[in-house]
Amino acid sequence: MSTLDSKIPPGPIEKKWTDHKSHIRIVAPANKRRIDVIVVGTGLAGGAAAASLAEMGYNVKAFCFQDSARRAHSIAAQGGINAAKNYQNDGDSTFRLFYDTVKGGDYRAREANVYRLAEVSANIIDQCVAQGVPFARDYGGLLDNRSFGGVQVSRTFYARGQTGQQLLLGAYSALMRQVGKGAVQMFDRHEMLDVVVVDGKARGIIARNLITGELERHGAHAVLLCTGGYGNVFFLSTNAMGSNVTAAWKAHKRGAYFGNPCFTQIHPTCIPVSGTHQSKLTLMSESLRNDGRIWVPKSLEDAKAIRDGKKKGSDIAEGDRDYFLERRYPAFGNLVPRDVASRAAKERCDAGFGVNKTGEAVYLDFGAAIQRYGKLEANIHKIENASPEKIRELGTKVVSDKYGNLFEMYENIVGEDPYMHAMKIYPAVHYTMGGLWVDYNLQTTVPGLFALGEANFSDHGANRLGASALMQGLADGYFVIPYTVGDYLADDIRTGAIDTKSAAFEEAETAVKGRIDHFLNNKGTKPVDDFHRRLGKVMWDKCGMARNATGLLEAIAEIRRIREEFWRDVRVPGTANEFNQELEKAGRVADFLELGELMCVDALNRNESCGGHFREEYQEADGEAKRDDVNFRNVFAWEWNGDPSTSPLHKEQLEFEVVKLTQRSYK
Amino acid sequence: MGNMKLNLKIWRQKGPNDAGQMKDYPVSDVSEDMSFLEMLDVLNDDIVRKGDDPIAFDHDCREGICGSCSLFINGEAHGPGKGITTCQLHMRKFKDGDTIHVEPWRAKAFPVIKDLAVNRGAFDRIQSAGGFVSVNTSGNLVDGNAVPIPKDDADKAFDAATCIGCGACVATCPNGSAMLFVAAKVSQFSLLPQGRPEAKLRALNMVEQMDKEGFGNCSNTGACEIECPKSISLEHIARLNREYLAATVTKE
Repeated sequence: MSTLDSKIPPGPIEKKWTDHKSHIRIVAPANKRRIDVIVVGTGLAGGAAAASLAEMGYNVKAFCFQDSARRAHSIAAQGGINAAKNYQNDGDSTFRLFYDTVKGGDYRAREANVYRLAEVSANIIDQCVAQGVPFARDYGGLLDNRSFGGVQVSRTFYARGQTGQQLLLGAYSALMRQVGKGAVQMFDRHEMLDVVVVDGKARGIIARNLITGELERHGAHAVLLCTGGYGNVFFLSTNAMGSNVTAAWKAHKRGAYFGNPCFTQIHPTCIPVSGTHQSKLTLMSESLRNDGRIWVPKSLEDAKAIRDGKKKGSDIAEGDRDYFLERRYPAFGNLVPRDVASRAAKERCDAGFGVNKTGEAVYLDFGAAIQRYGKLEANIHKIENASPEKIRELGTKVVSDKYGNLFEMYENIVGEDPYMHAMKIYPAVHYTMGGLWVDYNLQTTVPGLFALGEANFSDHGANRLGASALMQGLADGYFVIPYTVGDYLADDIRTGAIDTKSAAFEEAETAVKGRIDHFLNNKGTKPVDDFHRRLGKVMWDKCGMARNATGLLEAIAEIRRIREEFWRDVRVPGTANEFNQELEKAGRVADFLELGELMCVDALNRNESCGGHFREEYQEADGEAKRDDVNFRNVFAWEWNGDPSTSPLHKEQLEFEVVKLTQRSYK
Repeated sequence: MGNMKLNLKIWRQKGPNDAGQMKDYPVSDVSEDMSFLEMLDVLNDDIVRKGDDPIAFDHDCREGICGSCSLFINGEAHGPGKGITTCQLHMRKFKDGDTIHVEPWRAKAFPVIKDLAVNRGAFDRIQSAGGFVSVNTSGNLVDGNAVPIPKDDADKAFDAATCIGCGACVATCPNGSAMLFVAAKVSQFSLLPQGRPEAKLRALNMVEQMDKEGFGNCSNTGACEIECPKSISLEHIARLNREYLAATVTKE
């Protein structure tokens, strides 16, 4: 078995990054002009990387499948971004952010990477403020913070419920500035369909122009994949419709190992599924758990009466409600980490306490917050003996100022006013901690091929804390890759432009073309979505919030059957040389059908429960996850060999030099 | 599945050079819980099964934030309902038996790619002409709290910055003007101290690019504000006008 070299720099953890940055090679300004870099994806990681590298003088080509770089799915992140600024004087520090993140990830992340993330977090806020990102501020004009799950400090910076949008538009404006200067060539409506490896190094990509259908060859000295996560393997997720694994999967097939594919984040507060037509699920930000209380009725009779429409949530007296997170986890209450909150909701619903027609929903209730804020406001405005209506009105205004856009979003989808009736929510697939295996420099096992942001596996272990995805995307793009890619590119100052007429490019393009032709000539009977839906159901039922060996083995067999049928019977209309959205989907689903199997294989081999990976066979008597640090204190990195079920497994042992491993407790 | 029956009239256009036409699509079993785009998904599923070419339309996040979706529905950008995008529009806004007209954004600067999908690349080019603060990535900037920003200014800047770049303002404007889009960006930065140093140049450059792209002039009809899914205020156009005027007067 080959050993994976994580290239963690020596020295004490708080000095690793500074020392590493100071000692790695750099490329002189005049030589940067001779070097081309491809950045695939223009979300927080990709947008930030492309802008920063162009500012430094590299020739950058940036690609996105959306019609504009501004539409990458980072834009949908709601709640906020963490940074160890300690503006609230509540004892926050780089170390505490690092510690919370390692613990939140259930001790399956690489310490050195996480420390670096915490270290640069404060710079991110300064950078974004300088770019004109309008973060929320208090009356003194200073930046405001709120709390997120799994921590006991307020370190989350936000812009109402649209933090991802504001941060992405910051990175996008930096990117557009470079586009205007000609330092970045922007290729929107382009989808990367293969990585080209020449003499063992990533030297370019094959991309399809989604408007004309033309296949294009692009050469570069390094390729950065910033292509996000693969939650859409479940069909229903909070991801955008176009979010996909294709770029990462092609890289995997060209030699990049895939790390911890089964580590999936199921977000506790999403709008429940309403019917078979459903195309996606909508998240209600974790920030709502600052003020919303999660509950189900204490009695099965009440729960049944609610499901049958005979009672409403508001009919259930305070004493008859089970605030199950506050009951089980008094120290963190409603702000336990996502995996813990999700499993607790599933447990109550499985036990028959669900509160909507399908039995798969719990309440997220703002009644108490509206009362509390209303009374506070009445005091502030010196209203004596305020009527209950007045208090309600004042409290509703405060809640609306904080979360207004989320409440509107809920009402649009559900058709019910969440100020009057408690929201109904249920867990849904949201984020994937797994991704391409990378070393400390964010380089995959293919030299010259880097992975940033959600596309890599590195920083969140088995469970990501809220408001840490935005932090990681921007950290990787603004503050890590600009240094580490230079060390790699220092060897390329005399290479010259990459020849895209070489055999490797020819072979890659021919393979891509062959696959497209297969889809179009297949003339099967079923649309792509049919297969995607079936795959999603298998994944959710057997590789979702809870997994067991029997279910995973069944899932592997079922996915193989669906995949075989997909290639035989999929129908893709239209031609290759046009705007063809069904063809785009077909390529993505084909990759999901392979990835899904690998996820099940990964989950099956990890005989422990940790973070979002909950194997029913491995739990404590009280239902908490039972980790096995002797056998599984490691990263699973899978190598492609043509068949996901027999993929060779490589392991990176995780060394914890600073954080002591304990059972994660939020009680 | 639900039980609404609808008569859809949808714009079909094979490519930029095709003349295009409205086509009838009767649909049934529509549930009021479906979003408008999910209703189109179901229709497309049916079209693919019949071996025909499905209707092309842009969409991605389906939660009103990416700005991909468009559609002129019964003569309104993003259809009936205030402050929402097409992907947030749900079928409960329609009645059994309704006829619904679905068209792409129509504007000279937004050529049709296919069916309901248009090219909004002009917005990116306007952005790259000046929609930024000229600050490079650096780990050595001043602390984010070094310059306090009055909450009111920060809130107003945020309101402007919520623009999703969907193009509803252009599509709904009788002149095909992009003033609200440009104003939102100019206004966001001009309200913040970080954006002040380049405020004048930004206004000049972005307006110049807007004109080059073939967008029409603003005649203050205010239609853009009404149809904007993020309810971006006309106030920002006033602010852009002030910035622009000041910039032209003091231009060297």
